[in-house]
Amino acid sequence: MEVNFLEFNENLPIYIQIMNIIKRKIIKGELKGGNKLPSVRDLSTELKVNPNTIQRAYQELERENLVYTQRGMGTFVTEDENIIRDLKKSMASNLVNNFIEDMKSLGFSLEDIMMIINEKIKEGR
Amino acid sequence: MMANIIEIQGLTKTYFNKKALNNVNLIIEKSRIVGILGPNGSGKTTLLKILAGILRPSSGEVLIDGHKPGVYTKSIVSYLPDRNFLYDWMKVQDAVDFFKDFYNDFDENRAYKLLDFMKLDRNLKVNTLSKGMKEKLNLTLVLSRNAKVYILDEPIAGVDPVARDQILDAIINNYNEESTMLITTHLVRDMENIFDDVVFLKEGEVYLQGNAEALRAERNMKIDDLYKEIFGA
Repeated sequence: MEVNFLEFNENLPIYIQIMNIIKRKIIKGELKGGNKLPSVRDLSTELKVNPNTIQRAYQELERENLVYTQRGMGTFVTEDENIIRDLKKSMASNLVNNFIEDMKSLGFSLEDIMMIINEKIKEGR
Repeated sequence: MMANIIEIQGLTKTYFNKKALNNVNLIIEKSRIVGILGPNGSGKTTLLKILAGILRPSSGEVLIDGHKPGVYTKSIVSYLPDRNFLYDWMKVQDAVDFFKDFYNDFDENRAYKLLDFMKLDRNLKVNTLSKGMKEKLNLTLVLSRNAKVYILDEPIAGVDPVARDQILDAIINNYNEESTMLITTHLVRDMENIFDDVVFLKEGEVYLQGNAEALRAERNMKIDDLYKEIFGA
């Protein structure tokens, strides 16, 4: 798994940032159902992050049913299409919610926001 | 099995009338990587030297694996001082032999693997090595012991970014559940991601300690920023 960053910039716990990186890879299809995640040790060396932190990220992903562990084999991305679809939905709705909150805080009404989005989409075509 | 590998109570160290450590209480759990953070003169090196059995406490109690610093603790503690400890006349190979003679827990094969990884030739003489290469050689020797506790004083101070990455890799790869690592640094940004726990030392006292991830979540900032907040103007 290629991970192209060297520094964690957000002020979030690192295990959450690692979870987010893996989630994005799943959504983009770079990690597909049944694919094996790097071993804790390998990812730890690659990212220069404490192995316990990687372990924690994997455990939390497992708790969210996005990955499963096979004893002695490693950690794999879920093959359940529904779970991946739900992940996409929740990621999309988070992005949109953040956007709407930001716009509202700048004083835009929902109608304004809709109009701006519609214009942008038309421009894009 | 003890969960705490190091227990420190009321530790004070004075040099003549200057207090280097003042009533330090600290518990270090087994199999953690712990960052001891603080600016120059905050007492980091003094604390590590006491744990390594080189300095004696003025007062207070220090227990390592249930023992006071002495012959036993020296056999389970592998210590990287903050300066080169090898003789100039030595070749890299001599340094390996020196460690092999000195420590029963020295793993020669691991040393050779690490030397390869660090790209250090066994025939080089110590006095021809650059600062970064010396640091890598010293660290190689220290990490090649099968110790219960590794104490690393400023392992990446003054080395270039490539050497720094090699050193971080070596530390991560050699960490295992049977060992505990105490690492001091003032280069917090470069090292904070490898710490389980951090201890902030300020003017010889423990100012703050905790789990690194919990502190990030609670303070909503990186450990590096927290460091700047604590020690900044």
